[in-house]
Parts: sequence; structure tokens; C-alpha cells
Amino acid sequence: MTSEKEERLGIVTSGSLNKGVEVRLDSSASVEDMAVGRYVTVEGQKQRFFGMITDISLGVIDPKLTLTPPDVSDPFLAEVLAGTSTYGELHVLPMLTIGGDAASLLEGAQPVKTVPSHFSPVKLASQSDVELVFGSEDERKFYIGTPLDMETKICLNLEELVKRSNGIFGKSGTGKTFLTRLLLIGMLQKGRAVNLVFDMHSEYGWEGSSEAGRKVKALKQLFPAKVAVFTLDEENSRRRKVSTDFVVRIGYDEITAEDMVLLRQTLNLTEAAVEAVYQLARRFGRNWLERTLEIKDAEETKELLGEMSIHESTFQNLRRGLATISRLPFLEAQAPESAVGRILEYLERGINVVLEFGRYTDVTAYILVANLLTRRIHGKYREKMEKAMGEDSARPVPLVITIEEAHRFLNPGVASQTIFGTIAREMRKYNVTLLVIDQRPSGIDDEVMSQMGTKITCLLDNERDIDSVLAGVSGKSELRSVLSRLESRQQALIFGHAVPMPVVIRTREYGSAESYRDFSPAAEAEQDIEELWD
Amino acid sequence: MGEAERVGEVIEASTTDFVAQCYELYELPPLGSLVKTGEPGTELYGVVSRATTTSFEPGRRPIARGKDEASEEALYRANPQLMKLLRSEFGVVVVGHREDGGLHHYLPPQPPRIHGFIYRCSPQEIREFASSLGFLSILVNTRLPIAGDEVIAATLRHMSRVYQDPNAFLVTAGKELAVLLSGDFGKLKAILGRLKG
Repeated sequence: MTSEKEERLGIVTSGSLNKGVEVRLDSSASVEDMAVGRYVTVEGQKQRFFGMITDISLGVIDPKLTLTPPDVSDPFLAEVLAGTSTYGELHVLPMLTIGGDAASLLEGAQPVKTVPSHFSPVKLASQSDVELVFGSEDERKFYIGTPLDMETKICLNLEELVKRSNGIFGKSGTGKTFLTRLLLIGMLQKGRAVNLVFDMHSEYGWEGSSEAGRKVKALKQLFPAKVAVFTLDEENSRRRKVSTDFVVRIGYDEITAEDMVLLRQTLNLTEAAVEAVYQLARRFGRNWLERTLEIKDAEETKELLGEMSIHESTFQNLRRGLATISRLPFLEAQAPESAVGRILEYLERGINVVLEFGRYTDVTAYILVANLLTRRIHGKYREKMEKAMGEDSARPVPLVITIEEAHRFLNPGVASQTIFGTIAREMRKYNVTLLVIDQRPSGIDDEVMSQMGTKITCLLDNERDIDSVLAGVSGKSELRSVLSRLESRQQALIFGHAVPMPVVIRTREYGSAESYRDFSPAAEAEQDIEELWD
Repeated sequence: MGEAERVGEVIEASTTDFVAQCYELYELPPLGSLVKTGEPGTELYGVVSRATTTSFEPGRRPIARGKDEASEEALYRANPQLMKLLRSEFGVVVVGHREDGGLHHYLPPQPPRIHGFIYRCSPQEIREFASSLGFLSILVNTRLPIAGDEVIAATLRHMSRVYQDPNAFLVTAGKELAVLLSGDFGKLKAILGRLKG
């Protein structure tokens, strides 16, 4: 598609601000060349409108045509009828306006508040239009991909992005991991935030693999000085030849009653058992877990339960759950060094931390560790932030915590209790935000979803998932048709604070030597030096 | 103007159409061809919409004469008086005129004069006239003694012949018709079906 040449598509025939405008295609423009999600500009009389194609339909001028279809095998007849008696129609959702005068040019694109007048000509958006709207790459904006059928760069405003919690959604295998990696790289490259990544499948730290099975470099290889890889599973890391900076061990005493609440579902604990945890914690203090596990004697158990009026079966239920946890190899009665302290130390130095889970990919371990560490880190951050506010000194660098399988932490049942729910809701107050990765957004609490600043979503086809991702977005029904027609790979719909309008992108290329060079100029320099030595 | 082919003379005129008589029997301009009448600079343009050949005297009908003749040619040779007793007439629908130096595709202020000479238009004139298809709406909306579809189709076929790429002209005209006949697909289909060479 020649996007520099401004190609007239048709004219606006009807529409409304709410529902978008109808554009009748000229006979020279074929419906088959159109694509949902593509950008168009509408030249109104006083201002230009920037919009997105959200639906494409066929129209006939006379219903008789559909009843007795003409013989279109005759090229002459087909050519005459195309664009006159039969025509294509686009449904365009105007999203931004670009004023005609100099003052409004300086202001840039504004949200749309009206519709173009009747019969305004519609053109495919040119490269320069898209650049005008999305801006070009600079120290705040990160190039994440290109619009469909265009070479223009679509840039995310990372400064805006990290101010709020964000979500990356999509069915399994649609490229969530790639997108997340890209986004993390962006944040590293622009230095707008430090990241703590709970890396369930060990794909962000050293290297990951593409769908085709090819290995791709991850954060540490691209930004060796800015990333530290922590691991829960030293052996696994060693086998994968990943050099780790720290082996995380968690002491029993670091697990609190709140952590158990989150694990209720995965450990199959009853409501009463969770209550009992609080009681035990109150009784035994910090070492409640160890002490509870130590109770072997039937006599002692009975006595204890009697005192605390915990039912025998409840206790057994709890014991089974606790036993599951205590079997996790990274848990120790006494941790040699506080993982939280270490992580914070790195983060304070501006070094991003990726915590690999190695073999412990089961949900219990992930929820336990992520929740436990995050709560502490959030607490510390909060202290620092409050102190900074009190003393009017420099605030801590924004921290972005990346969690996968987010619906486990943020489902309506537990969102109000977990630290992740709190972070998602209180937003940027303490400079800690979430990057939520999930394949079942419908499982996430509505309130949390509504607080997300920017959502990046790959293909979703479950109705409820689509609904929950698009909740509260203007032009929802139009975006829905765009979303459900994304290709299953390398395409994503982005909307929210970090982009001026919803945008469908083809994700930037990742995995080739060239792409790595684009990401980190430093890596290139190092490579050059290495070559010098060779 | 002198070299343009003169085909007849106006014998009956109204604002919308006129009837002309040929100078020679059967020397009729073809159906749908573009003709003009009037002084240079103020010509009227019309499209041949029908043609008739009848006896000079309305009450006197021709009778069959060829029973013993070998061919039609022989019949006419044997009866030279026929050439004087019969006459060919054609009807023209006015589709435009020239006034104040401009070509207009709408009706002229005055009908043509009786005895005005009628000329066939040259290919160059046809091209000039057909550069705008505004005349089609007159044809579409005029009630003609024969099926209007036929006249429209014949006119366009006739005009397309003067173009290097007749098909391109027909497609453009077809699209114009499709717009004019948006509510009557049957008619459109009939005309388009008659346009194909």
C-alpha cells in the first residue's frame, strides 16, 4: 500500500459521534483492500479527523439487485455496477481531531467531540498523519510496533505508562510474552522505571524461546549492567547456563497469615482453616508455620485445638496445606539472607530484578513468593515515598512489578485482600505499579481492570474476556470487532493512557541481531569491542 | 460547416423534440446518432430517437408490387415513381445546445425553426458533446414513442465508436446511468445488456 500517496477512499454519508460515521467507498476503492483497524483521515470543512476503520460492509442501492443478482461474470456489467449500484461501506470511528489553524497544530491531536460534515472526503492516513498523532521515538517514547500496512512507528509514552498499572492480555500463544519482553526492554532502555519481574517460566531474564523454538535474547543479555537475575531454583539456572546474581531463599518466618489467604484456592483450604491460620499466627507469632508443623503429638494437638476451639478436621485440612508449602525446596526454616532486602538494594541502585522460578512453575509457589515479596517491597516503597513526601526530597524511581497468571492474584475473591489488588487500586500514589499479564482477563476483578491505565491485548475470542478488557472504553462495540479479528500472532490492540487513541499494531520485530542492536546501543558497542579482541 | 453531412430538414418542431424529413428516401441517420441544426454558434443538438418511412399522402397506402420481381432492387428499378411517392422521416430528441460559446446539456430556450437544416455530427463534435454525460438524464426522463432503453443504448453505442477505448466510455456512461436509474435496476440492466458491442 502506498501510504505516502493520499488515496481517496470515499465520502462520509451518515453517522454519529457515538456510533461512528458511515463512509461510502468510491468505485475505485475495493472493499477487499480495506482492513479493520486501519487508519483513515476525514477532511472536514474546519478540521481533520483521525479515525479507525471498525467495520466494513456491502451495500446495494436497490434491493432488487439482491433478489435478482446481475451476471457479474460479465466484466463490463461488474465494472459498471461496482461503486454505483453496489458499493462498499466503511464504518469509521473518529477518534482524534487535528485542527486546521496553527494554534491547534501546536496542541496536537485532540479527542474528538464532533463528527465530520456530510460528504467529507475520506483518505487512508498517511505516514505523516500517523506520526503526527503518535509522535516519534524520543527519550520518553518507545517504539513498540507499526500500524497495519504501514511502516510508521507507533510509540508508547512510557512515562505515562508507568504512572498506572497496565495489562497485557491475550490467548495463550498470541505473543504476550514477546510483548511483555518488548515493554520491559522499553522501560529499561528509557530508564523510566525499575522493574521487578516474577518470571514464572524463566523467559525474561537470560533468554526465552520463540514459538518456532528459536532462542531469543532476554533482558540480561541486552542490558547486562542494568539487570540482575534472581532465582529460586539454582540448579535449574545452572543447567540452563544462566549466571544468577542471587539465590532466593524464604524463611518460614516470612510467611504470614495473609499469604495463606491467597493460597486458599490452590491449597484447597476451607474458610475455617484460613481463620485458624490467623489464630495460630496470633498465638505463635512470627514462627507460627514452623511451630504448627512441629506439633506431632496427638495429645498436644488436641490440647492446642481445644484451647483455640479449632475443629480437628479443619486443622487436618490446614496441616495438609502447610505440608504442601513446606515441601517447596526454596523454603527454609531460617533464610540465610533476606531476599526482600537484596531485591530492594538492587532496585534502589536502579538495577532491574528478574526472579526466575525455575522448576517451581506451579501456581502455589508463584503466588506465595510473588505475594510475599511484593508485600514487603511495597511496604518499603511506601515508607520511602512517604518519607520523600515529608522531606520534600527525591522520590524513589517508579517500580513496575510484572506478574503472570494475574487472575490468580486479582480475582474478585482475593483482589481486595492481596497486595496486588491494593497496588492496582491505589495506582501511582506510592510509585509502585503493576504490569499484569493474563490470558483470562475476565477472571480479574472489575475494579482492578477499570483502574488499569493502558491495556495491550492480543487476540481474545472468549466473549467474557473481550467484555472485561474493553469495559469502560468508548467505542467498545467497534473495538470489539477489531479485537476479535486480530491475527493470532504479532498483532495487538493498545488503548489507554500511553497512546492517544486505540491502535492496532504489528509488534516490532524481536529476535534478530538487528533488532537487538536497535534495543541497546550499548550492546552493540560491547560487541564491537569483543570483535576488536578477536 | 459546409462539409458536414446534411441529412434533412426540420418539418415539425417543439421544445423537446422535432421531426425531420430526409432529402433522399431511406437516407436516414442511424438510431441514436447525434445530429445538429441551427446556425453555427447557436446549434441545437439532438439524438435520433425514431425513424419512419411512409407514403406522401396519408390516405394512400403503398401496395405490394413485387410478386413478379426477382429482387427488391429490381422492384425499385421497375417502379422509379416510388422514390417520389414515399418519404423517410426521423424524430430527434433535443439533448443540448450551444449558446454564448458554451455547450449546454439541457434544453435550449427556443425550439428549432421549421426547414432548419439537419447535419450529422462529426466524430470530433461527438467527442466534445459526450465529454459530459448530462444529456443522459434528458434521455432517461423523456417519454419516447419507442422503448427509451433502446434509444439510450443506441446513443451510447454510437458515441462509443468515436473513442479509442470504447469500453472505458461505456463504463463511465454505465456508471452515470446506474446513478440515474438507482431506483430501477430492471431498466438499468436492460440498457447495460444492450451496450455490449
